[in-house]
Amino acid sequence: MVSHYDLSRTFEIKGRDFSKAGYVSINIKEILRELGIDPVIVRRVAIASYEAEMNVVMYASKGEMALKLNPKVIQITLEDEGPGIENIDMAMQEGYTTATDEIREMGFGAGMGLPNIKKNADVFELKSTVGKGTSYNIVIYLNSKGNV
Amino acid sequence: MTLKEAIERLGLHVLTSEEVGDAKVTGGYTCDLLSNVMANCKTGNLWITMQTHQNVLAVAKLKDLAGIIFVNSRQPDEETIQKANEEHVTVLNTDESAFSISGQLYQLLKEP
Repeated sequence: MVSHYDLSRTFEIKGRDFSKAGYVSINIKEILRELGIDPVIVRRVAIASYEAEMNVVMYASKGEMALKLNPKVIQITLEDEGPGIENIDMAMQEGYTTATDEIREMGFGAGMGLPNIKKNADVFELKSTVGKGTSYNIVIYLNSKGNV
Repeated sequence: MTLKEAIERLGLHVLTSEEVGDAKVTGGYTCDLLSNVMANCKTGNLWITMQTHQNVLAVAKLKDLAGIIFVNSRQPDEETIQKANEEHVTVLNTDESAFSISGQLYQLLKEP
């Protein structure tokens, strides 16, 4: 248990590499757990970071995820290089997806990823440029209950 | 109900090599969509699914699941089993369908 912490880490995510998919999020979860962060908060961060990470694996060529932590806030940011999102409003709707059949057969691409991030984050900002990439800013307050 | 008891009572096959501990099974969740499992499956649940590829393991780890049950005798590939062993995720299978094993687990967990 640590009562005071200020932490900043970055992680590389490889696009289209399903064999490593999810492990950045597992890493982040372990870091938070070791710091003694409330398990409810850790679970929310894990869901949000996993969905963001999987979006890089499914759609982008690569991404960099950053975890920043202070005694009040956990922030996850992600910048990817990829096709970008044409219509963010549509992408935020539950069930909307552009995933291929192959990805969907694996149980991914059900159109729940971005809505899951939104539900678990206190702040979720998504910016995208078609043909270049997408950036995520996810903030979870350590004293919050979320929108779940 | 411990995982060990659930395995015995439901006749599940243990596919991983690590000895099954006395972790508590808190419930079950039956679904093949990974995001839905991420959103709704609870800590200590047994996850019942037909998805056998290695990406199920990250979900089980992130959600601290008691284990994963592959239905209809589905067998994951060697790589998945090996990774499950490395990651200490208990992977099981059953000859039963998702419907049937879910019902049995539900009844079992209702026992006083």
